[in-house]
Amino acid sequence: MPDGQLEGFAVLEADRISKSFGAVPVLFSVNMEIYPGEVHALIGENGAGKSTLMKILSGFHSPTSGRILFDGQEITLPPNGGAEAMGIVLIHQELNLAAQMTVEENIFLGRELTKNGVLDRAAMRDQVAELLSSIGLTISPSARISDLTIAEQQMVEIVKAVSRQARVLIMDEPTAVLTEAETNLFFQQVEKLKSRGVAIIFVSHKLSEVKQIADRITILRDGQWIATKPAEGLSPDAMAQMMVGRELSDLYPPMHEADVDAERVLQVEGLSAAGVNDVSFDLRKGEILGFSGLIGAGRTAVFEAICGLHPIEAGRITFNGEEVCFASVAAARDAGLAYLTKDRKAKGLLLDKDMRPNLTLFSLPKFLRRFGLDRQAEDEALTRAIRRFDIRARDPKVKVGDMSGGNQQKLLIAKVMEADPQVVIIDEPTRGIDVGTKQQVYHFIAALAAEGISVVVISSEMPEVIGISHRVVVMREGQIMGVLTGDAINETEIMRYAAGLKQAGPREQDQ
Amino acid sequence: MTDATAKSAPKGSLMTIDLKTAGPAIALFLLCVIGFLLNPAFLSEGNLSNLLTRSAFIGIIAVGATFVITAGGIDLSVGSMAAAISGVMIIVMNTAVETMGPGVSTVLLGCGCSIVLGVGAGWINGALTTKGKIEAFIVTLGTMGIYRSLVTYFADGGTLSLDFAIRGTYRPVYYGSFLGLPIPVWVFIFVALVGWFLMNRTAFGRYCTAIGSNESVAKYSAIKVDRVKTLTYVIQGLCVSLATIIYVPRLGSASSSTGVLWELEAIAAVIIGGTVLKGGYGRIGGTIIGALMLTTIGNILNFTDMISNYLNGTMQGLIIIIAVWLQRADWGAGKAKAQAQKD
Repeated sequence: MPDGQLEGFAVLEADRISKSFGAVPVLFSVNMEIYPGEVHALIGENGAGKSTLMKILSGFHSPTSGRILFDGQEITLPPNGGAEAMGIVLIHQELNLAAQMTVEENIFLGRELTKNGVLDRAAMRDQVAELLSSIGLTISPSARISDLTIAEQQMVEIVKAVSRQARVLIMDEPTAVLTEAETNLFFQQVEKLKSRGVAIIFVSHKLSEVKQIADRITILRDGQWIATKPAEGLSPDAMAQMMVGRELSDLYPPMHEADVDAERVLQVEGLSAAGVNDVSFDLRKGEILGFSGLIGAGRTAVFEAICGLHPIEAGRITFNGEEVCFASVAAARDAGLAYLTKDRKAKGLLLDKDMRPNLTLFSLPKFLRRFGLDRQAEDEALTRAIRRFDIRARDPKVKVGDMSGGNQQKLLIAKVMEADPQVVIIDEPTRGIDVGTKQQVYHFIAALAAEGISVVVISSEMPEVIGISHRVVVMREGQIMGVLTGDAINETEIMRYAAGLKQAGPREQDQ
Repeated sequence: MTDATAKSAPKGSLMTIDLKTAGPAIALFLLCVIGFLLNPAFLSEGNLSNLLTRSAFIGIIAVGATFVITAGGIDLSVGSMAAAISGVMIIVMNTAVETMGPGVSTVLLGCGCSIVLGVGAGWINGALTTKGKIEAFIVTLGTMGIYRSLVTYFADGGTLSLDFAIRGTYRPVYYGSFLGLPIPVWVFIFVALVGWFLMNRTAFGRYCTAIGSNESVAKYSAIKVDRVKTLTYVIQGLCVSLATIIYVPRLGSASSSTGVLWELEAIAAVIIGGTVLKGGYGRIGGTIIGALMLTTIGNILNFTDMISNYLNGTMQGLIIIIAVWLQRADWGAGKAKAQAQKD
């Protein structure tokens, strides 16, 4: 207990909480107090036990030992979200909204207002409208959830929590899928809630955001409580160091000079497709080409079109000197071109399967022996991949959905690399993963390039694009705004292109 | 993070694995014990071979259904498809007997016709769901109605009967036996083995599982989703045509009541066997046991007076619900463990 004088006011407190899953301990005697009106950030690497702690604090898991105090009283939280009635609300990373129902219906789901036995829609709509306007949102109560942006959906989740008189709001990576503008809007709402005395626990991997929004920060590492400190005076670098327990000076690997005379592996000229307008660029052997731009700038669309996921309307793609037009992902894969999706949960991995079928799914024809699958070869591939990409799983039979985000990402990289591509496109390589794993992923990418594989990195995190790319292509509204090399690769320059303040002439684009 | 929802402790999971995968087999064994206790004649050679023969129709169709369901689809048209195919087979053979005589070649013509029709009908179901982008439930509900009315139309509301001359040639396909086992049982065994191999040992089986588990992931993993899904319906159609080939000589006729509710029995067999209805996990072995269980229930009721034979459907329904409830019930067994075990 670092600051004893506040003790009496903690709304929710974890006292020496430990948790084991079977024989595997994941939390060791963790303490955490949350006070009304504070934003308390919980940070740590993937697998540090943040999710487990949050689930324990909201009753979804019960602690193996230790006490939970609510308003100073020791209690056992009701399981399966029952704690919501007490004002403890957990907002999951995967939002928990009924997509086909309206905002109003979602907010009142499960506790609809009725009058004479029928729904009192007018009263509900008024209340929702009031809630929305009090938070400063311009969403219509009758809008369908599926028609809203992710950020708006997140806001609806928050409004839902507020309407339930939440006293403690626990949020798992709420900003992971938000753009910068959306994040700012989101933080404004958080400030408003804070001023109302709501206690907020906030998990994020974006340390600069943590710095910006949090009052206090609790750091976990390997299931151990490391520290709880005021955010003031704690720099993102210091946070990162406490999270991983070591210096992170070498977050980005040393850059190997790109060979400007290397052959051009991939040339794209005048590519147009849905969301892509007249895009031309080329990629050399062993080069890391960054693709920067705001979310929705068409970066993903370019490569989904090239890899045969979406039809191409116009343009010429030359791969290894031959003009190609891949009709399917399989054709692109067979030619040596692989795309690694940014959406690893919905498009990347089979979450309800274990690692082996996931690893070999993309390159399954390689594992065929006389019509049947060669299981031994698959097992060997898995052992190799676990070693090569340092995938840490409790046991190889664990379901992929139960693995940490970082390990899932490593598995996804391993899955794509299993096809031995010449060109690999990695979309948002470090989304939702911790600093330690990020560092590893950057080194994997650098190692691939050093082996002569050409890598395209699509990323919305500017330091990342700048840190690992030889050249950076900046896109905006489906078009390439400019290509940056050498010292020109910096945040200001990228931002100016991405925001449309600057555009390279056609000649400049060629090199 | 690493924790997630792993509920099952490593200790004791070995036992639950066995319970989970062997569940349907244990249930079938118990049914057989009950059958034997009620009437020892249940285990007589004649009855067992009769039971296996009767299981063959639903069993063969259910093997195909396992693929469709594993890949996230559903095929409601199999019963009507079987009826329509038997109808056309009979018409074709009756017509051919005038020119080709009642020989083996006429029967082979009928069989070939059945396979072409089955594969074609399956392809239509598949193409409509994948290329036409219509829900499988709706497509096969539609074709179910179409095939059912076609057989009624061919039979002119009555019954199509196979020419007596051909019956003699064709009869052994149902009534004959080889190495002590009836021919339909051999076909059943063959289909089951091929199905098991396809599902568990080939890329195709893996693709079906992947598509049923998450179609987007499958698409991004270089799987030709439409082709694989269509193929599952084609396999289903092929299975229906094989079942029809051994069914026709049994009664030598087809009418609008042929194959009624077969689709539901086939789906029930698949689900009792542990395949997940929403796709992503399929067990051919379980399906076989499921089909055997359904037939055994009816058979036991024939052997006892305690429960009226008319309550056959009630008993089947109860067994289906109990079987699925036992699979869903959270008594310590992780589904993941069971899944891992099947590989």
